[in-house]
Amino acid sequence: MVHAFLIHTLRAPHAEDTGLCRVLYSCVFGAEKSPDDPRPHGAERDRLLRKEQILAVARQVESMCRLQLQASGRPPMDLQPQSSDEPVPLHEAPRGAFRLAAGDPFQEPRTVVWLGVLSLGFALVLDAHDNLLLAEGTLRLLARLLVDHLRLLAPGTNLLLRADRIEGILTRFLPHGQLLFLNDQFVQGLEKEFSAAWPR
Amino acid sequence: MFTAGAESLLQQAREIQAEELRKFCSRVSKLLREEDLGPDAIDCLRRLFLIVSATKYNRRLDKTCVDLLQATLCLPACPEPLQVLCAAILREMSPSDSVTLSCDHTHNTRQLSLVASILLAQGDRREEVRTVAQHVLRALESRQPEGPSLRHLLPVMSKVMGLSPGALQEDQTTLLSKRLTDWLRYASVQQGLPHSGGFFSTSRARQPGPITEVDGAVATDFFTVLSTGHHFTEDQWLNVQAFSMLRAWLLHSGPEGPGAPDADDKSELEGSTLSVISATSTTGRLLPPRERLREVAFEYCQRLIEQSTRRALRKGDSDLQKACLVEAVLVLDVLCRQDPSFLYRTLSCLKALHGRLSGDPACVRVLLPLARFFLTHGEAAAVDSEAVYQHLFTRVPAELFHSPMLAFEFVQFCRDNLHLFGGNLSILTLSFPNLFKFLAWNSPALTAEFVALLPALVDASTAVEMLHALLDLPCLTAALDLQLRSWPAASERPLWDTSLRNPSCLEAFRDPQLQGLVQHLLRSKASGTTQRLAPLHQLLQPMASCARVAQCAEAVPTLLHAFFSAVTQVASGALTNQLVLLLLERSDSLYRVPQFEARVHRVLSAQFLALCKLKPSLVVELARDLLEFLGSVNDVHGRASMVTSVVWAIGEYLSVTYDRRCTVEQINKFFEALEALLFEVTQSRPSAALPQCPPQVVTVLMTTLTKLASRSQDLIPRCLGLGGLSPGASSPHGEEGTEAIRTRATELLNLLKMPSVAQFVLTPSPEVCSPRYHRDVNTALPLALRTVSRLVEKEAGLLPG
Repeated sequence: MVHAFLIHTLRAPHAEDTGLCRVLYSCVFGAEKSPDDPRPHGAERDRLLRKEQILAVARQVESMCRLQLQASGRPPMDLQPQSSDEPVPLHEAPRGAFRLAAGDPFQEPRTVVWLGVLSLGFALVLDAHDNLLLAEGTLRLLARLLVDHLRLLAPGTNLLLRADRIEGILTRFLPHGQLLFLNDQFVQGLEKEFSAAWPR
Repeated sequence: MFTAGAESLLQQAREIQAEELRKFCSRVSKLLREEDLGPDAIDCLRRLFLIVSATKYNRRLDKTCVDLLQATLCLPACPEPLQVLCAAILREMSPSDSVTLSCDHTHNTRQLSLVASILLAQGDRREEVRTVAQHVLRALESRQPEGPSLRHLLPVMSKVMGLSPGALQEDQTTLLSKRLTDWLRYASVQQGLPHSGGFFSTSRARQPGPITEVDGAVATDFFTVLSTGHHFTEDQWLNVQAFSMLRAWLLHSGPEGPGAPDADDKSELEGSTLSVISATSTTGRLLPPRERLREVAFEYCQRLIEQSTRRALRKGDSDLQKACLVEAVLVLDVLCRQDPSFLYRTLSCLKALHGRLSGDPACVRVLLPLARFFLTHGEAAAVDSEAVYQHLFTRVPAELFHSPMLAFEFVQFCRDNLHLFGGNLSILTLSFPNLFKFLAWNSPALTAEFVALLPALVDASTAVEMLHALLDLPCLTAALDLQLRSWPAASERPLWDTSLRNPSCLEAFRDPQLQGLVQHLLRSKASGTTQRLAPLHQLLQPMASCARVAQCAEAVPTLLHAFFSAVTQVASGALTNQLVLLLLERSDSLYRVPQFEARVHRVLSAQFLALCKLKPSLVVELARDLLEFLGSVNDVHGRASMVTSVVWAIGEYLSVTYDRRCTVEQINKFFEALEALLFEVTQSRPSAALPQCPPQVVTVLMTTLTKLASRSQDLIPRCLGLGGLSPGASSPHGEEGTEAIRTRATELLNLLKMPSVAQFVLTPSPEVCSPRYHRDVNTALPLALRTVSRLVEKEAGLLPG
């Protein structure tokens, strides 16, 4: 099961350190069990911890992506879209996986699967023994849907104020973090449903 | 894409002040109270979501606002965008004490699902997980064919089980197992009706037709996730969801409960049941619910395996087939662990599958769970695991090291299944050259994994070879890059470093003269021999500036540390000596990547000292090699850390207290060698070609010479004579360095004037050497030296003249 899904910025490799890695959207499916904490403001601390865990994952994904792009010698301009008509070649986008040990930063050991598209990083935080092939496929599907339905290729759009669409896509394709075995026709059916509720 | 405009929007959201937020909340409240919830409301909620989620600190929203959000979420008829936004805001705020939602307020399953997502995000402080579980179960139990859609609820159940396995009671688990069985096995085989018009549309005129397989043929058996159609019925949706959560459910409701131990203790049971149970399937309906679910799960997996042989018409379906195969194998593994009677039927099926997939590079990732299955159950079934490992460890890494996902999964496979290798660990330990290919190519992602895996890979018989391989890891990266360029292109985008076009060494790489070395570097199994790869280092020099090579070079020091901490557990005396010799030899012969040599030298010199500490007698045993090393040092600056460590170790351990075989001749020989080195170091003028050596080298040489002199007292006059080498005013070492050298020289010379004291101070017996003395301020060596110096000076001052 997926513990969290996040979208964050990916700065081009070789760029000077302008700004920080920003988490643009994150969704945690169910919370880790809070430790018994008699101190006041425990709820706020929990939330703070959760946000920092997500930021830690985003930073690690960003550096992994950067290292992968450097190692393959791809130019930094690769992260910018060529034109808004071409479909984004997701099968060749930088991607990878790494494991997070228990306690660092989540209580349980987890696996992160990530994908870099244009200048955004998409990542799924999974339980340690999930089906990685399925997770990879799901992540690619989510990226494709988000790029299409949020028109991320068109200049000037961003996803900060489109959270409702992102939520709509997630409730259908990754409900409560459940990875689904969806064949193409199912995906089309769900997409039609989504487009009906969110007309373009 | 992430433009400056977006950055400033984020900044605004984070910096909004409390007063402004309060005004915004009241605006939101006003909009939500209206009858007609239009685009203004949605727009405001989008902004509110951004404000709440943009910062990791808490945002205090007005109570009225929060209450209205909760009320809007639970309205009987509310457009979906509004609903999900309210839910998202409440979830982003969580855990929070101001969320007072309850599952009772919901009107349909979609709302229940959204409310559940908020409640499950509260961190289970007030048993929310259990409450949600009970509610959802009640909804699932109600059998209403035209009722609310149940497909929003099954994922909630799955999440609840993951968060809190004890939230369901026995009878509830049984009931859900029954329903899962129905959905998995008896979903409709006709396509669904399109959702056009209302319930009374005229679409009944057109019969929907049967479902199809992924290759377009009409479906031959029951519905599965690999069955397609134009529209789907409710129970077909539930079929998909039920399979998606099947493995977790089986593990949760299995006889051993969650977190089941492995089948090692079950192999006896398996062996006995195999002989009794034949290949017939059990009489379906008379089984209790859990056993029935297992039987249905088994049939489902077999059907998926059969369906995966079909050639899918769409790429997405073809990818899904592979994911289904992986899942099917994993589910079958769980079933066989829970009920060994499945083993007989499963094995024949999976052996055939393995045979079919081994030749197909596109399906290589399915081989990993298959291998795990054979490892777990192989004993009971007398499967030829050799053939399985052979292909997996020999060919796969050599051909597919460049795939980051496969590399990760492969290494995870090794790490997670160490206990299953049992006595066959040599398969793993002998394949380390191949495993290192994954590491060399994907070092940032895999370094941590290998640090954890190395203790299992390190073996006394291959340790020396492995150390060579680790020191040559960046060289391996370069060679793999060249190998990829030599192969016919496997994919559209080139896999090698595209910033380096046509490297000059590519031709030379194919030179038949060097093939022996190249093949040794790229070998797939430990060969038991070592070869000096210095010619390859030179050849591959143009590749040393590649980013991938540099990344690998950065990882090597960490790996060396892990290697040494593992090898010291298994090293015998002879192996320790071999490793030390290796260190000394290789410190001069490394692939020249920028900063690589310096970092590796640091590690090697630290490890050299650690090895000497473990086995002090090696200084005496390897005396000849150490002398040779001292004599052959051309560029002291370049190997300063190694030289320092070696000289220090000689001073420390070349004495009778550590090895009775230490003779006076040995001490004298070392003295001469060190004396010569000291002359060379202090007399030579630094130039651009040979930068001066650090003052530490000079001081350690002096200290060691003094130590040796204190052990063989004939050398004392010679040693005192060396005082003349103290640096003068025009010393190249800088003020601090010169001062340090002079002070140390004075201390040592003073010490030598009292030979017995010198011996005590510089060669303390083991009892004196117990750690406490080094920590005890009153007996520390520098203090002793200073005290003696002052005493001697005072004495000299008191004498006349």
